[in-house]
Amino acid sequence: MKKLLAGNEAIARGAWEAGVLFASGYPGTPSTEILENFVRYPGVYGEWAPNEKVALDAAIGAAYAGRRALATMKHVGLNVAADAFYYVSMTGTESALVVVSADDPQMHSSQNEQDNRNFARFARVPCLDPSDSQEAKDMVIAAYDLSEQFDTPVMLRPTTRISHSFTMVELGERQEHPTRVHRFPRNAKKYVMVPANARPRHYFIEERLEKLKAFAETFPFNRVEWRDLDLGIVTNGVAYQYAREVFPNASILKLGMSFPVPMQMIADFARRVKRLIVLEELDPFIEDFMRMAGIQVEGKSIFPLCGELNPAIVRERAIAAGLLPPGSALPKASIPELPPLPARPPVLCPGCPHRSVFWAIKKLHLPVNGDIGCYTLGVVPPLEAIETTGCMGASIGVAHGASKSSGKKHVAVIGDSTFFHTGMPALVNAVYNRSPVITVIMDNRVTAMTGDQPNPGTGKTLQGEETVAIDFEPLVKAMGVKHVAKVDAYNEAEVEAALKAFKKLDEPSVVIAERPCALLPEVRKTYQPLHVDLGKCDGCGVCLNTGCPALLHSIEIHEESGRYKVEIDPLLCTGCELCAQVCPQEAISFRAQADHFGYETHL
Amino acid sequence: MEAINFLLAGVGGQGVLTASNILAEVGVLAGYDVKKSEVHGMSQRGGNVTSHVRWGKTVYSPLIGVGEVDYLLAFEALESLRYLNMLRPTAKIITDDHRITPITVTTGNAVYPERGQIDGWLRQVTADVFWVPGVSLAEGMGNARVANIIVLGFLSRLLDVPEQMWQEAIVRWVPGKVLALNQEALARGSSLAAAAR
Ligand SMILES: Cc1ncc(C[n+]2csc(CCOP(=O)(O)OP(=O)(O)O)c2C)c(N)n1
Repeated sequence: MKKLLAGNEAIARGAWEAGVLFASGYPGTPSTEILENFVRYPGVYGEWAPNEKVALDAAIGAAYAGRRALATMKHVGLNVAADAFYYVSMTGTESALVVVSADDPQMHSSQNEQDNRNFARFARVPCLDPSDSQEAKDMVIAAYDLSEQFDTPVMLRPTTRISHSFTMVELGERQEHPTRVHRFPRNAKKYVMVPANARPRHYFIEERLEKLKAFAETFPFNRVEWRDLDLGIVTNGVAYQYAREVFPNASILKLGMSFPVPMQMIADFARRVKRLIVLEELDPFIEDFMRMAGIQVEGKSIFPLCGELNPAIVRERAIAAGLLPPGSALPKASIPELPPLPARPPVLCPGCPHRSVFWAIKKLHLPVNGDIGCYTLGVVPPLEAIETTGCMGASIGVAHGASKSSGKKHVAVIGDSTFFHTGMPALVNAVYNRSPVITVIMDNRVTAMTGDQPNPGTGKTLQGEETVAIDFEPLVKAMGVKHVAKVDAYNEAEVEAALKAFKKLDEPSVVIAERPCALLPEVRKTYQPLHVDLGKCDGCGVCLNTGCPALLHSIEIHEESGRYKVEIDPLLCTGCELCAQVCPQEAISFRAQADHFGYETHL
Repeated sequence: MEAINFLLAGVGGQGVLTASNILAEVGVLAGYDVKKSEVHGMSQRGGNVTSHVRWGKTVYSPLIGVGEVDYLLAFEALESLRYLNMLRPTAKIITDDHRITPITVTTGNAVYPERGQIDGWLRQVTADVFWVPGVSLAEGMGNARVANIIVLGFLSRLLDVPEQMWQEAIVRWVPGKVLALNQEALARGSSLAAAAR
């Protein structure tokens, strides 16, 4: 049967068909939907780990125990899991292990644009790059066989465009791969990487790499499509599709395996074509191997290194480089001169509990070190409440270092999921090395940025089953924080009071600002739009400084000041009451007062 | 055969992705090779959302190239303007007249163009500009959320695919309890197009 599947759905399907029994991952765009789809299949186990290193260790444990295992993460997740990725390359496993690392060219939702083929090379691990959903599924299955054949983990590297594009897939059946391991292996020479055991393993992985290079020459996902010999294109991943689209007559060497590359195949291809180019997204990865082998080739001299490719960029650059005749530009519609159009920057949602916390934090007039999550949007105007954001878990460490070295107090802002991810060791550091950092845990009870996944504080597993909800208050106290306040994030005065009390301290403190994300289904049921009393509103605009998208200019003008009064969009307002709390004129109704204004609430 | 390329544009929460799922499904039912591409992530937080849908004998790129869009479906008036450079000279534009004020406009940092202006700009690109009062019709039907299906219904009249395939695609993508409403929305859009011709 054929079905239209997203790349991520196809990867999940492939893992299921390949008989995978255990999967662990950490959410991260564009990889998140792989695990969410995988656990819907029968006979499998999948889980969200608190971070990618823990996820990969867990998958390694399952593969050591003889179960086909999968770990999923976004590209930067592999930075976090790098240590585990290296040792498992050294040890190999009993049953197959595949690591999916989803790259994000164009940084649609990431902080950098790293090309993780470099990780594969670094760790001597084979890397497969699918070019559509069908290949994504087929390559997962091939990856499991490869893993067992060569005793190596295998990396599958989709990109955002592959993960989130839907293409037709022929579905197959599941092949069971029951464990052949009945007792956990006792094989210290292979699995205990003390130096004496690790040294011979280094020889093992270098020899394995040589064997993989030979294998790459016959790997069916590396293939040549002979057409005209005037132009030959070496390509991989989604770039293959752009090559087919823009150069329908060119010969193509498509590399399904981007590491190690089949040098013999490449050399043969190079010899037969007149002009040779490499079309690949991000780094000149394949290109560099070709150059090292002395093959004359053009690649990044024509196509951009930064950002995502698309057919328009490829066509335009190809014409400029003389790969296509000048007349091959497509006829364009005549486009009018438009003024700059109003932008729609991403903003904190109406009712977002992060908004009121930032409002209170700003009143401290302290430098704020941010982290990664929805609350990173605290940086956009009008809040502009964050000075730094680097990677997950960085807030507390950076605040500590800045504070310790400058003698100034800093605030670290970190989400609940991010705190479990990598915030905890940093808080331990702030306590251990005594810095007066105020850590604000923005506990919206969910991993919101990536689409509301549960986390260790939520009390729910990936499958939606009940589990322990780890409680931040006793947790941070046990970590040695003496000053801990738990507040309702919607209560601006309460948040502000806790922060101001802690501002006076010379020791680390933690404010846990709790309130569920306004997008959660149970919260949606409680939406109750508020109302502006236009008789009281003088258009001062204080409420607009909260940056809530539900607050609009009305058409009514306040006579004395000549300013527009404010109104509330009842379709957007959730009734969080921040605007009501900050309004100097008390012109905005609280929920309990809704009737007071003669306003009908519609739940 | 060259691919037929659809660009869908709107604002987070408007059902752009559902509409593109249905449109892709219709292509599959009509026997085409289909690719559909979108990026989710930051766009869910009130930002603009686009989806590329391509039908053809064999479709390679999941993305439509510049100058290759045959049908632009805008679910919000301002969004109809953002991707004009993507259109073929022969493109058709279907746009909802609904306005969602961007935060940059509410805060007084930008101006939302008038409908007449937008219409003028669109018509400089192509004569085939169709305004659809999707959101207001949908509100009249009791649920603003089916506006996306009204716009799709309008498109369905411009394409050569049997009506029953559209209905089938809707059945596959819409939950049972709002199915009848969505079917009605599709019919509404389709009859609007019939009247516009
Ligand atoms: C190493 C790494 N893994 C995953 C991600 C993707 N990611 C971005 S934000 C985020 C979660 C944020 O959740 P939380 O801290 O609870 O904040 P919220 O979005 O709920 O406000 C994730 C998983 C990332 N940027 N880096």
